[in-house]
Amino acid sequence: MNQKLVVSPSPHVHSGDSVSKNMYGVIIALIPALLASLWYFGIGALIVTLTAIAACVLFEWVIQKYLMKATPSISDGSAALTGLLLAFNLPTNIPIGLIIIGAAVAIGIGKMSFGGLGNNPFNPALVGRVFLLISFPVQMTSWPVPVASRFQYLDATTGATPLSVMKEGLSSGASFSEIMSEIPSYLNLFMGNMGGSAGEVAGIALVLGGLYLLVRKIITWHIPVSVLGSIAVFTAILHFSNPDDYAGPLFHILTGGVLLGAFFMATDYVSSPMSRKGMLLYGVGIGVITVLIRVYGSYPEGVSFAILIMNAFVPLIDRYMKPKRFGEKIKAAKVQKQ
Amino acid sequence: MLKTFSIGGIHPADRKISADKSIEVLPLPKRVVVPVAQHIGAPAKTEVKKGDLVKAGQVIAKSGGFVSANIHSPVSGKVFKLDEVVDASGYRKPVVIIDVEDDEWEESIDRSETLKTEITISSEEIVKKVGEMGIVGMGGATFPAHVKLAPPPGKKCEVLIINGVECEPFLTSDHRVMLEKGDELIVGIRILMKALKVDRAVIGIENNKPDAIKHLSQLADKEQGIEVQPLKVQYPQGGEKQLIDAVTGRQVPSGKLPIEVGAVVHNVGTTLAVYEAVQKNKPLIERVVTVTGPGVSKPSNFLARIGTPVSQLIEAAGGLPDNTGKVIGGGPMMGKALSNLEVPVTKGSSGILVFPHEEAHRKPMENCIRCGKCVSVCPMGLEPYLLMIETEKELLDRAESDNIMDCIECGSCSFTCPATRPLLDYIRLGKGKVGQIIRNRN
Repeated sequence: MNQKLVVSPSPHVHSGDSVSKNMYGVIIALIPALLASLWYFGIGALIVTLTAIAACVLFEWVIQKYLMKATPSISDGSAALTGLLLAFNLPTNIPIGLIIIGAAVAIGIGKMSFGGLGNNPFNPALVGRVFLLISFPVQMTSWPVPVASRFQYLDATTGATPLSVMKEGLSSGASFSEIMSEIPSYLNLFMGNMGGSAGEVAGIALVLGGLYLLVRKIITWHIPVSVLGSIAVFTAILHFSNPDDYAGPLFHILTGGVLLGAFFMATDYVSSPMSRKGMLLYGVGIGVITVLIRVYGSYPEGVSFAILIMNAFVPLIDRYMKPKRFGEKIKAAKVQKQ
Repeated sequence: MLKTFSIGGIHPADRKISADKSIEVLPLPKRVVVPVAQHIGAPAKTEVKKGDLVKAGQVIAKSGGFVSANIHSPVSGKVFKLDEVVDASGYRKPVVIIDVEDDEWEESIDRSETLKTEITISSEEIVKKVGEMGIVGMGGATFPAHVKLAPPPGKKCEVLIINGVECEPFLTSDHRVMLEKGDELIVGIRILMKALKVDRAVIGIENNKPDAIKHLSQLADKEQGIEVQPLKVQYPQGGEKQLIDAVTGRQVPSGKLPIEVGAVVHNVGTTLAVYEAVQKNKPLIERVVTVTGPGVSKPSNFLARIGTPVSQLIEAAGGLPDNTGKVIGGGPMMGKALSNLEVPVTKGSSGILVFPHEEAHRKPMENCIRCGKCVSVCPMGLEPYLLMIETEKELLDRAESDNIMDCIECGSCSFTCPATRPLLDYIRLGKGKVGQIIRNRN
């Protein structure tokens, strides 16, 4: 034979999985939420989403090509995903200039300054969002009214989110049940008919997308379940010990960024722990910090901060929460007879 | 719910295209190349010289210690040369090259097909016989079989596990042995049970081989203490520790042998060889080898003499396809890529796998995205991504405390990695370095 044989170490086969398949898988899972966002916020959602994606991809390309002098890898889908998630965390009447600033911070500071994909300790989209929230608090907390603002962008009619109504109501002495009569019903909250960021409102679409991620095995159940579970348990304890002063668990889960955060933001591969035990601890941390901020803090919403704070603990979690090694525990059980 | 092992695991496509091909006897080669180190442990000491006439079954190299095995001539003929050649491992190894003349066997060997069920010799004699006949683990590890039959003092074997899992994709040699040599296997199992003084044996077979499960279950029903355990398909269930976990629910502790949890595992190929050694006086001089691959025109299971060049097996399976890119000795998960096709079949060769160019190359590696998939598939509960970094950065003490030496090199991590990172390559390198440090310490 005249051809050379390839010699390489085993294994000689591969699953066919790839980085871009995972990234595009998450983007596909976000499509229901995107459609819901377009349904409720119309033209504003379209402008914000397109601008954020385009800006993130462009910044990544420019930084890789001209600053890092590397071959741009924007086709892996990670920059587009960051853009989409950034858009989902912004109100739909935010000026284009601010979106571009947010994208620059997300990609430039949140991701590329650490070395690009895989090296960023914090979730880049949330770095962008929190930067905007702190720098432009007015624009970042005026929320277009769903459906009614479909054909408006900067001039959209705005209203309060259920979370801020709740926060103000409870601090002015109203009871939880009185406030609930002023805000949309649980069904409306689940369907997304409320004020909020572009992609966080439609609970049903987010759960659908989350299930898709689980079925495709892009994520495991550990992070979403521990985030949602700890929020539910913590708020249930508060609520049932004092039903008037504290909102119930269902309210907390269906409002704000909890579902978006639990399924799509906290599960970001790069900034979350590697072992399953670690994921559970991380998820519980996010849940607890979210509730602490919402109930005792000055912000009505705390999911973004909670995730970023727990991101900072990931190296520590990875260091001490090792997976269970094979043979660590010898099972005492006798050989079972069939 | 079918049983399986408890940590990690993957599901590669099984592609067992040669599963329905009966075992065919491969014609004798003109010349055989017989390595004298075909097993884990000390190499055997060559006992023949150039020009000697040998018979099939005659000892040509004597066991070099307790953990070692005799090597027998697989053919009759004249010793052409003692030499060193590159074998499947890629290293030069001492070999005996024999020119084949006729097919004359040692008179003591019973070559008839008659099933001999009565076991006439004692436990101690069985262990001795298995050692003399050069039987080693034929699943690929090639650990001398008699060593496993003599548990260290104070340890008691409670269950004998027969490994019929064959979890490597493509390979079907064990599957065919289970289908065609069932009666012999059952006697082989009884011999092993007698040697180990154990009253229970479990044959572990994955559920993708229902015909083998059915056949052996029928045979085992007639026997006292032998049972078949169907297992959920999951790689690497054929790994010794994984199989013990799957069958008994017990986990062998880090750095310990299976006897620690009262188990001894033998592969079905080995069990058949034990039957032939004890009942027929036949040394391990031939074995079943699967020759397969996506482009191979006649995927087959051959009964080939040890020392037959790989090229001859591929010829018999329809020849090397035009677009061949890689030839692997063993399965696609743990097999070794061969650099030339003149390397011989050895006691541990379970298959020859021919891959076309499209499947011969790896994809370039990307950044680790910390998806954690390597951690969740590792059957030993290790963190492959971390072991790779620790090896890269020479953090060998950290690698050791992160249990790098527990790695069984099954390749599940590299198989799964979306960024196609060479995780196992680095872990092997790290194991080598850490192993060196541990040896120097003692």
